[in-house]
Amino acid sequence: MATLTHGLDASILDRSIQPTKLSDLHKSIEVSNLNLYYGSKQALKNVNMVLPRHRVSAFIGPSGCGKSTLLRCFNRMNDLVDGVRIEGKIALEGQDIHARSVNVADLRQRVGMVFQKPNPFPKSIYENVAYGLRIQGVSKRRVLDEAVENALRGSALWDEVKERLHDNALSLSGGQQQRLVIARAIAIEPEVLLLDEPASALDPLSTLKIEELIYELKSKYTIVIVTHNMQQAARVSDFTAFMYLGELIEFDATATLFTNPKKKQTEDYITGRYG
Amino acid sequence: MRMWFRSGAPWIWLTASAVSVSLIMVLGLLGMITYQGMGYFWPHEVLELQYQEPGHEPARLLGEFSEHERVTATRMRESGLDVPTAVQTVDRFLVKTGNRELAGADFRWIVDLGMRGQTVPNDVMVLERREWGNFYGYLRAVKEGGTLVAQGEAAWPALRERLQRALGLFERIHAIEKADIGAINYALEKLRLAERRLELSHDSDTAKHSRIAEQRSEQQTHYEQLQKQLADLYQELDRDSLSAEVADGRVVDVKLAKVVRVYQPNSMSIIEKIGHYMQKIWEFVSAEPREANTEGGVFPAIFGTVMLVLSMSLLVTPFGVVAAVYLREYARQGVLTRTIRIAVNNLAGVPAIVYGVFGLGFFVYFLGGNIDQLFFPEALPHPTFGTGGVLWSSLTLAILTLPVVIVATEEGLARIPRSIREGSLALGATKLETLWRTVLPMASPAIMTGVILAVARAAGEVAPLMLVGVVKLAPSMPVDFNAPFVHLDRKFMHLGFHIYDVGFQSPNVEAARPLVFATALLLVLVIVLLNLTAIKIRNHLREKYRALDG
Repeated sequence: MATLTHGLDASILDRSIQPTKLSDLHKSIEVSNLNLYYGSKQALKNVNMVLPRHRVSAFIGPSGCGKSTLLRCFNRMNDLVDGVRIEGKIALEGQDIHARSVNVADLRQRVGMVFQKPNPFPKSIYENVAYGLRIQGVSKRRVLDEAVENALRGSALWDEVKERLHDNALSLSGGQQQRLVIARAIAIEPEVLLLDEPASALDPLSTLKIEELIYELKSKYTIVIVTHNMQQAARVSDFTAFMYLGELIEFDATATLFTNPKKKQTEDYITGRYG
Repeated sequence: MRMWFRSGAPWIWLTASAVSVSLIMVLGLLGMITYQGMGYFWPHEVLELQYQEPGHEPARLLGEFSEHERVTATRMRESGLDVPTAVQTVDRFLVKTGNRELAGADFRWIVDLGMRGQTVPNDVMVLERREWGNFYGYLRAVKEGGTLVAQGEAAWPALRERLQRALGLFERIHAIEKADIGAINYALEKLRLAERRLELSHDSDTAKHSRIAEQRSEQQTHYEQLQKQLADLYQELDRDSLSAEVADGRVVDVKLAKVVRVYQPNSMSIIEKIGHYMQKIWEFVSAEPREANTEGGVFPAIFGTVMLVLSMSLLVTPFGVVAAVYLREYARQGVLTRTIRIAVNNLAGVPAIVYGVFGLGFFVYFLGGNIDQLFFPEALPHPTFGTGGVLWSSLTLAILTLPVVIVATEEGLARIPRSIREGSLALGATKLETLWRTVLPMASPAIMTGVILAVARAAGEVAPLMLVGVVKLAPSMPVDFNAPFVHLDRKFMHLGFHIYDVGFQSPNVEAARPLVFATALLLVLVIVLLNLTAIKIRNHLREKYRALDG
């Protein structure tokens, strides 16, 4: 049994102790035999995993272990990087996302993403949230208004910005900007929401808000979150994957992974024996 | 001392003095242009000089001093002047004596050896005329149809009054000739072309032909009416004249029809002089040139310059932006794109006249020639687009400034953070939508920077224009009231070329020189104004698309 050190208290896991078996849940994303190369360097090694629908899955691991790379595979963001080669299969609701028939833009409408640093567009708050809908060709004022309000309520930002929807989004604070970006992502109602270290650039209070938001959002979206912060993973996720040097070492229910890891490497990492 | 060197102070001094030298040169140049150019419009004192050149009869001169120089006595002796042996140097003055039709020249050099006295007579009168330049003399009488109506004291008020009438008549004649008859000529030319078109297509439909003939006779009658009206007006205009005594004592008659302005500079108060000055400046910027461009205004040239620069910007911006977007966003970065980039940068160093030659060969002769063959065969052999014009000049300048816009836009695109592009793509936008909705708007300040640089370069460019469409005097402006209002095939005037023409091609260089300075100043002002507008737009865009810092 691993002794949880550096303040990672087993009590914070209580919430997620509903020992659901992964295999019982509906599969949202299915990864099989995934290998990814940057030029000649292999960044992901034979990854196999199943991410459950309407649950929060967290990826943890040391820097450079490939967790962000894996996350960016799910909405094919890696396509933009020169010299990337991907082998293996990723299926979203049973459909291969690399299939010829899949339009990348459509895929990204189904798999939303929030980045590490808030990246609102230099437009008004309203236009930021409406951006995805406008791309889809929605231009009716009433539809947009409603969608913007819903998305902002969904990301718990509505009360703070309802008076100044047409101000520049860059006038918001960092935490607000990050929630705005989440609102922008959920405005187009994706099935999956990918969060790439969404709170790492924020102060503790804003981090807390984002975490509460993630908890709220999981009833509607399949959420995958990459984080450096193990407490955060323990707090917000139902399932946790530990990655190391491009390999998926262990993927299990969060409570199990943190309290009873099966692999030595996982135990070493969560007890702080890796630098 | 070593410490002083190591402290970096000399370096700061060096850099600061480089800036100071540049500033002094720019301000000095501007100051000189302003002084020389703006002084021209001031009503200068007219002097009466008693002058006797050694070995000549004494004479009386009337005129304004315009220049002074000191020359060696030897040189004056060589040029045939009898200078006493004791004298080493001779001061000489250039005096604007006007009255070109009487004296043969506007200007005369006089040496101070011959000066026997000078007075500033209050009643000397200056006439600005439509031909033969300024007139200096003493008003003696005003005549109506050859008979005396006023003389002595009464002559001046009578002259002012009758001049007003003459100017009014002239205005009406000008309006009829320019607008009404211009429109008729334009319509007749169109009818001629329509008829020729029918001829070329072997269309012998008599209805069409008779309709043309009918319209033509309609225009013809209208024209004859106007002609009759004009003849009457001209007769009216010709009625009054004035008699004036000139410097050598002769009394000459001048028709009021030829007079633009009359004033007595020596008896004007300072306020009257300022009023006169403002009036002259206004005339300069708003009127058309007279007397082979050496008098009057430069409005057509201002208009041509501004129109050229604006249409150049409209052409170069989309073209340059599209090229930069391809180079930066779509093309695979490699040896080829690097080579293209270097080539584009080098294009900026090609002499402007080479672009002019290219414009003449490709746009005017090739494109223009073919357009004429295809669309305007009825006008041949007279070319429509197959000759220089605003369109071809704008295109030539657009090519000339293209590298600047491409480079600036590329830099702007490179500065858009990756996170913004990814944010847009992650929302399901395609690359094109991302470019169009996010990247290009954010790069727009950089694009405007490119346009500002392009405007600055294009507005001062003259050499290529001389091959592709600029003329010293354009009969009509590229925008007028005859449909389709904008005539891109027309030739045009340009301030830069105006400077060259007035300063170096003018039959009367002395008279025109101050005008060259004034025109140069105006050109600088126009460029500054165009640039300020562009900068204002850029700052507005910057404020709007203030990007994430870092």
